Amino acid sequence: MFYREVGDLKTTYRSDQQVLTITQERYAIFALLAFMYAVVPFIADDFWLNTVIIPALIFSLAALGLNILVGYAGLISLGTGGFMGVGAYACYKLTTIFPDVNIVFHILASGFFAAAVGVLFGLPSLRIKGFYLAVATLASQFFLEWAFGRIAWLYNYNDSGAIDAVNRSLGGFALTEPYGDTKFQYLVTLTIVVFLTLIAINILRGRFGRSWMAIRDMDIAAELIGIRLLPSKLLAFAISSYYCGVAGAMLVFLSLGSAEVESFDILNASFPVLFMVIIGGLGSIIGSFLGAGFIVVLPIIISTVPRFFEIDINSATVEHFRFMIVGALIIFFLIVEPAGLARLWQITREKLRLWPFPN
Amino acid sequence: MTLTKSAVLGVAVGAMLTTSFALNAQAADGHYIPLTTYRTGAFAGSGTPNANGMHDFFTMLNQRDGGIGGVKIIVEECETGYKAQKGVECYEATKGKGALVYNPYSTGITLQLIPKAPIDKIPVLSMGYGLSAAADGEKFPWIFNAPATYWSQASGVIKYIASRNKGDLKGKKIGFTYLDVGYGREPIPLFKALAKKMGFELMLLPVGVKEMQNQASHWLQVRKEKPDYMIIWGWGAMTPTAIKEAAKIRFNMENFIGVWWSGGQVDVRPAGKGAIGYHAMTFHGASTDIPVFKDIIKHVVDGPGKTLTKKAEDVKEIYYMRGVFNAFVVAEAIANAQKITGKKNITGADMRKGLETLNLTPARIKEAGFEGFIDSLKITCKDHAGANKMFVQRWDGKDWKKVSDWIEPMKDLVRPMLEEAAAKYVADKKDWVTQKCS
Amino acid sequence: MELLHQIFIGPFIEMAGAPDLLVQVVWEGFVSGILYALIALGFVLIFKASGIFNFAQGIMVVFGALSLVGLHELGVPAWLAVILCIGIMFVLAVTVERVVLRPLVNQPEIILFMATIGLNTFLIGFGETVFGGEPKTMITAELGLPTGVTDVQMLGGMVSFQHIDIAAAVIAALMVATLAIFFNKSKIGRALRAVADDHQAAMSVGITLQQIWVIVWFAAGIVALVTGIMWGARSDVSFALEIVALKALPVLILGGFTSIPGAIIGGLIIGISEKLAEFYWGPMVGGSIESWVPFFVALIFLWFRPQGLFGEKIIERI
Repeated sequence: MFYREVGDLKTTYRSDQQVLTITQERYAIFALLAFMYAVVPFIADDFWLNTVIIPALIFSLAALGLNILVGYAGLISLGTGGFMGVGAYACYKLTTIFPDVNIVFHILASGFFAAAVGVLFGLPSLRIKGFYLAVATLASQFFLEWAFGRIAWLYNYNDSGAIDAVNRSLGGFALTEPYGDTKFQYLVTLTIVVFLTLIAINILRGRFGRSWMAIRDMDIAAELIGIRLLPSKLLAFAISSYYCGVAGAMLVFLSLGSAEVESFDILNASFPVLFMVIIGGLGSIIGSFLGAGFIVVLPIIISTVPRFFEIDINSATVEHFRFMIVGALIIFFLIVEPAGLARLWQITREKLRLWPFPN
Repeated sequence: MTLTKSAVLGVAVGAMLTTSFALNAQAADGHYIPLTTYRTGAFAGSGTPNANGMHDFFTMLNQRDGGIGGVKIIVEECETGYKAQKGVECYEATKGKGALVYNPYSTGITLQLIPKAPIDKIPVLSMGYGLSAAADGEKFPWIFNAPATYWSQASGVIKYIASRNKGDLKGKKIGFTYLDVGYGREPIPLFKALAKKMGFELMLLPVGVKEMQNQASHWLQVRKEKPDYMIIWGWGAMTPTAIKEAAKIRFNMENFIGVWWSGGQVDVRPAGKGAIGYHAMTFHGASTDIPVFKDIIKHVVDGPGKTLTKKAEDVKEIYYMRGVFNAFVVAEAIANAQKITGKKNITGADMRKGLETLNLTPARIKEAGFEGFIDSLKITCKDHAGANKMFVQRWDGKDWKKVSDWIEPMKDLVRPMLEEAAAKYVADKKDWVTQKCS
Repeated sequence: MELLHQIFIGPFIEMAGAPDLLVQVVWEGFVSGILYALIALGFVLIFKASGIFNFAQGIMVVFGALSLVGLHELGVPAWLAVILCIGIMFVLAVTVERVVLRPLVNQPEIILFMATIGLNTFLIGFGETVFGGEPKTMITAELGLPTGVTDVQMLGGMVSFQHIDIAAAVIAALMVATLAIFFNKSKIGRALRAVADDHQAAMSVGITLQQIWVIVWFAAGIVALVTGIMWGARSDVSFALEIVALKALPVLILGGFTSIPGAIIGGLIIGISEKLAEFYWGPMVGGSIESWVPFFVALIFLWFRPQGLFGEKIIERI
C-alpha cells in the first residue's frame, strides 16, 4: 500500500548498489531535502531555527562522528567534547590567521586538526578496549579542556578567555553568528551536514566501514582475515574526530556565536552526544539524526509544556524536572528498545513494506 | 516489539514534536523582563538569593504601585546553571517576546550577549560585573555595567590595601585567587598594571570550575608562597571553600579580601568562626532597616505577592539585596524611558535611552526608600558605569560591618585602560555599532 | 637545559628544601585518595557482581549526603536521619534492580552503562526536586564527627592534620575490613563471588541473581553514604561533586575493575600523585593540572598492564 516495490527492478550492478535501493524511498529523501531547503526556511521562525533546527543538525553531525567510532568500530569514547573543541578552536585560529580564506573552507579544514588529535589520543585503543578505553578517552577530554582554558594562544589572548565568532561572510552575505541571517546560517549548516553525511554513508558501506564492523564484532577474528587493526582503529578515530571537529566549529560559528571551554566539556558535549548515539541507535546513520533531534528537542518541550498549559512553575523546578524526565526517558527507551530509535524506524519500515499483510 | 508498542512510541514522539512546534514565541503584554537565573548547580548558593531579590522587587512594584507607569512587569525566569551556553539559549528563546533588558548575572553570559545586543536592539545591564571595557559608552552603546566596573573594583581593592600600608606596597606580595572563567580573568590586566606601577608582587592562583570544591593544593601553594594579602574573585561554591581552606592553613583573615561577588553571608557561613575578620568589597549597605525592604516583606515575602523567598530573614542576604538594587536600577530606567519617549509600553531601544540617561539623585533614592543603602548614580553616554564608588565591609561572625569610607577608584589609571581595551575590542570587528557622545 | 632542570630537578630541590610542606602535600593527597578510593569501591562492588559499570556511583554519594542533610533540615535528629538514609539507600537499590536492571538483563554492557548514566541524570533531578538545588553544609557536629585540628611540629616546620581527615581514614579502613570479611566469610559474600565468576553457574546452584544485585547495590549505597558524609564534611554537599567523582575512574583503571584492594591502592596512588604534580609541577604551566594528571597516570599504567594493577587477566577466545 505504502510501498510499491513491484516492478522496481535493478538491471545494472550500479543501480543495485545505490545508497537507497528502493526508488520510492529515494524520491522520499529528495522530497525531504527539497522540503528542508525550500520550505523550512519560510515556515520556521528564528527561534526554531536558532534553538532547535540548527543545533539539531550540528549535533547530528557530531553524533554521526561518534557513531562511526562507537557504533561501527566498537570503540567507546567519552572524549567527543574535546574533539569538538579542537575543531572549534582550530577554526577560530585559522580564520583569525587567514581572514581572507572563506569561512566554510576553514570549518571543513578545522576537522583535520581534530582528526590529528583524535589519532593521537586513539593510540591507547590498540592495547585496551571496552570501558578501559572509555576511561582512557576521558584523559583526552580533560587534557583538552585544560588546554583550551590555559593555552592563551588558542583564544588569541582574549581577556575573557572565550573565543568569539568573528564577522565572516559567504558570497557577500554575513554568515557567522551573530552577524549573519539565521536562515542563511541554516542553509549553510544543512548543506555541510548533507554533504558530510553522504560521504559518511559511502565510507561506511565501503571497505573501511566493513573492516570496522569486523573489528567491532570480533577483533581477533578480524585480524585473522587480514584486517590490520592498527591502521583501521586509528582511521576510525581520525574520521570520527573529523566529523566531531567540524561539528564543533559549526557550533561556534553558525550557532552559538562564541564559546568557552564549558561548551565542550564532558557534561555539555560528550555525554549528550553519547546519549544521541545510544537513543538514536548504535551503528545507524539515520539513528544519529533521530537521536540528535530527540535530545535537542526534549529539554525545550519539557520547559515549554508547563507554560503552554499556563501552569505557573518556577524555572529551577523546571530544570530539576528536566533532569528527572531526561534520565527516566533514557532508561525507558533503553528498556523498550535498546537498539534505539533507528530500530523503531526499521521495524515500522518493514511493516509498511508488507502492509496490509501481517508479519 | 509488537506493532502497538511501536505505534504508541511513534505517536508519543510525534505528538511531542508537533505540540512543541505549535508553541511559538509570543510577545508578552507588559514590561517583559527575562531573567537568566541559576537556582541549581554549584553556583546556586549565590544565584538563588540574587534571583529572589530581583524577582521580589518587581513583584513588590506590581503589588504596591501596579507596575511601572501603570504597566505591569512580567518577569520570566530561565534557568542557566551559570552556564554561558544555556544563557545564550535562554536569550534566543526570550528575545523575540519583547524583552526590555537582559540581566545575565554571569560574566560568561554577558560576554556572549555583547555582540548580540546591538543587533537585536536589547540592552544588557551587567550590574557590577561583565566586560569592564563596556563602560566606554561610545564603543558599547548597548552595554551597561553600573554602578562600577571590575577594573574600578580591582583598583579600589589595591587602593584599600595600600591605605592599610600608608600608601606603600613596594615589596609586598599580593595573591590573587580567581574562578578560572571569563568572570575571574577579567581584572587580571588591571592587577598586572597596578603591580608594575606600585611595585608589589602579584601571585596568580586560578581555580577551575572543576576544582572549586577541591582547593587543597591551591591553598598549600599560598602557604608556600606566604603572600601578605590575598584577594579572592570567587563565585558560587568557590568562595566558601576557599575561606575554609584559608582558615585551615591559618591565613590571617584580616588580610583576606573578597570582591563584591565573594562577600555574601553564604560565602562566610560555612567556615563558621574561621571566617571572622574576612573582608569584602561592596557597593551598597548591608542593613535591611530601610523602607524598601519593609515594603518587600509586607507586600511580597509575608504578603500576597508570589515569591520563592522562604522567610523574611532571607531578605538580609547580601546577594538578595544586590538583586533588589539591580531590579531598582531596571525599574528606574523603565520609568525614565517612559518619561523620555512619552510611551507607556516601551521597547528595548527605548530602554537603552532610559538607561543611558539614568540619574539616581539622593532625593530620588530617598523617595524610593533606598536612603543610606546606595550612593547616587548617574549614567552618561560616555560612562556606562556611573558612580564607580565602593567600600569595604568586614565579617564579624554575625554581620557585615562597614570598615572603610567610600573608595573612589583610580580613575586616571582605569579610564584610559578601559578606553584602550574598548578600542581593541571593536578594532577587529567589522560593522561594530558605536555612537558619538557630544 | 634550564627547562630540563626546572622540570626534572627543581621540584625535588623544593621538596627537600621544605620537607614539612612535602609531608602536608602528601597527607592532603592521601586524604583525597581515600575519598576517591571509596567512590571507586562502590563501582567495584557493583561491577564485580553484575558486570555493570555504574556511572551513577558518584551521584549516589551526593544523593546519600543530600538526603541526610535534607532530612536533618526537616527536623529529624541526626541518628535517625542516618538510619532513614540507610533505608533510602535500600529502597534505591530495590528500585534500581526492579526498574532498571531486571528489564535490561542480558543486554550488551554499553546499554547497561548508558542506563546508569540515565540513572545518574534522574538522581540529580530527583535529589534537587526534593531537597533543593543550593549547596548545603554537612551536619558534621551533629553526627559526632571530630572537627578540630592537630598541628605537629616536625622537619623544621608544621604539619596540620584535620581530625575529620583522620576520621575519614579510620572509617575507610574499617569499612574495607568489614567488606573483606563479608565477602570472604559470609554466605552471602560467597554467593556474591560465585555470581561474579559465572552468572549461569551461580544460578544453577540456586543463587538468586536478583537478590544478589539488590545486596550489592545496597552495599554500594552504604559505601556511597559514608563517602558522602566524609566528603561533605570537607567541602559542602551539592551535585557539583559529580565532576570530582569522575576522578574515581582513573582509580578504577589503575586498580582494576574487580579488585577491592586495587581500588584502595589505586585511590591512594592517584590522590598523592595528583597533589604532588599540582603542587610542584602545576605552577610551571599555569596550574590546575590535577584535572587530567590522574588520567595520564592511569593511562601510563594501562599501557603496561591493560588489566590494571590487580585486575584479572583477560583471556580472549575465539
